[in-house]
Amino acid sequence: MKTAQPYALLAEFANPDTLLDAARNCAARYRDVDAYAPYAVDGLAEALGFRRNRVALFTLIGGIAGGAGIYFLQWYSAVIDYPINAGGRPLNSWPVFVPPTFEITILGAALACFIGMLVLNGLPRLHHPIFNAADFDLASRNRFFLSIRATDPAFDPERTRTDLEALQPLRIIEVPA
Amino acid sequence: MPADAAVAVSSGPRYTGAIITDKIAGLVLARPMHWGFAVGLAVASALTILLLVAISYLFAKGVGIWGLNQPVAWAFAITNFVWWVGIGHAGTFISAFLLLLRQHWRTSINRFAEAMTIFAVAMAGMMPILHLGRPWFFYWLIPYPDVMNVWPQWRSPLIWDIFAIGTYIVVSVLFWYMGLLPDLATLRDRARTRGRQIVYGLLALGWRGEARQWHRYDTAYLLMAGLATPLVISVHSVVSLDFAFGLVPGWHSTIFPPYFVAGALYSGFAMALVLAVPMRAAFRLEEFITRDHLARMGTLMLVTGLLVTYSYLVEAFTAFYSADRFEIAVIADRYSGVYAPLTWSVVLCNVVVPQALWSSRIRHRPIALFVVGLVVLVGMWLERFVIIVQSLAHDFLPSSWHLYAPTFWDLATLAGSIGAFALLFLLFLRFLPAISMAELRKEAQSEPLGAS
Repeated sequence: MKTAQPYALLAEFANPDTLLDAARNCAARYRDVDAYAPYAVDGLAEALGFRRNRVALFTLIGGIAGGAGIYFLQWYSAVIDYPINAGGRPLNSWPVFVPPTFEITILGAALACFIGMLVLNGLPRLHHPIFNAADFDLASRNRFFLSIRATDPAFDPERTRTDLEALQPLRIIEVPA
Repeated sequence: MPADAAVAVSSGPRYTGAIITDKIAGLVLARPMHWGFAVGLAVASALTILLLVAISYLFAKGVGIWGLNQPVAWAFAITNFVWWVGIGHAGTFISAFLLLLRQHWRTSINRFAEAMTIFAVAMAGMMPILHLGRPWFFYWLIPYPDVMNVWPQWRSPLIWDIFAIGTYIVVSVLFWYMGLLPDLATLRDRARTRGRQIVYGLLALGWRGEARQWHRYDTAYLLMAGLATPLVISVHSVVSLDFAFGLVPGWHSTIFPPYFVAGALYSGFAMALVLAVPMRAAFRLEEFITRDHLARMGTLMLVTGLLVTYSYLVEAFTAFYSADRFEIAVIADRYSGVYAPLTWSVVLCNVVVPQALWSSRIRHRPIALFVVGLVVLVGMWLERFVIIVQSLAHDFLPSSWHLYAPTFWDLATLAGSIGAFALLFLLFLRFLPAISMAELRKEAQSEPLGAS
């Protein structure tokens, strides 16, 4: 019944504080530790050693690209491709190019922000081994989970289970590979 | 089994993540029926059919079926456009600006307010296209490499409009969908039929609620709010420039951008109240959307109403202070001419009636807020109508003055757009969670919200 190497061992907790303690505890001894919560628990990602959040960088690049692109388009069409001399006014009439530039800067930043968030999170990914765990659907309702993946060098089915039991979870679930 | 940590949600009873999830997801998965919902759906569907008929007849015959003339070439369609865009603004304000200000009470109302925004902007976006003489060429407004070698006129606010409205609808949908992701995952996990599991599963994009996912998600959500806040101010400012850039007396004024943004938020809070009051009663959401929440929206409505009142005063003052005889003539005609009954209705609806909101007792009475909201919506529509039509009807030369009166098809388009908006909103309540479960769980866990 029990396979030699599961995908991960999953410990279930009732509230975010015990999960945070458990996450700190395990992150010190294991590498491939994941935590699952029904809402954003403050400090949880940091407890797992998460440092580089590049969503803001994506957003900045998207905004600059959008704004520079639309300004270039306006400049090119008004100065190079279709110049119209209206009463000797400058062809590169930048003040009136500002509204589209502002709007497309926001559009570029928002698209990059949304897409960047998804890509960095590895989404869309409709299937994932963690979904095979019994009662994992509670992770989107009211339960908090901590998993240690079998890929971790320190992972040993028996010893890791003992480690997790020391954290006093509600129960331990074996996630099939 | 240890009990879930429970903290009071607002002044209501104590709630846990489980109760919040089961109650709100149940609205979508169990679909409780209410007679009000059925009646609303029937009326909204009938009006939507009327809109489709009006649009079909318009496409067959052209804009001559409306009451337009020279000089009043802009009337109902443009009034509807300005009104609907404005209604959308409060949704973004509630979800983005109040998030940046850490107003935690917004959690109960942001989801449906964002939905209101999207449906209102959809109605708005449709109106200028209907108003085009040849609506099938609307894409000429967008810069694209065409065989005619013609570019859009970048120096025109009408082109800015396309960029502003286009960006607004895209960013609103992204912001709304991003907020929905964790809740769609909840629906996926709680759905018991195969079809729903597949549909909600696809929409949730495989969201797992992993800690690192949540961290990037939070950052992205905050950044989106930061982007949406200046955007919402810019959108109605650009809409107002459609008028202010024109030389028509009554339009050519520098106060228009802030004046229009204040009016937009005003009508938007009114619509949010008009939607929230029946919704919370029909679906028993009183514990989540409390009287405190409604009262705070009422306060915001009062504040924006006072800004609008100030704008009315400044608008009239500036006309006289400018000593421009055409400006003075338009303002005098506005308050004493043929359209004066409408202007004074605007003053009654937008200035006089909302003063009732100074009373805390009225702010805490949902039915009163509902009625004031309806009055303000009517007042704001009339205000847009008076600004647009009365100014055009009374331009520089008395020889070109001409009055405007709507035809049946004008009224059908307005009524139909209200019906289509209501239909979309009612379907939203059926298929998506009306309150953000993920955010409410966090609020319930951390601190009591809306304690006032």
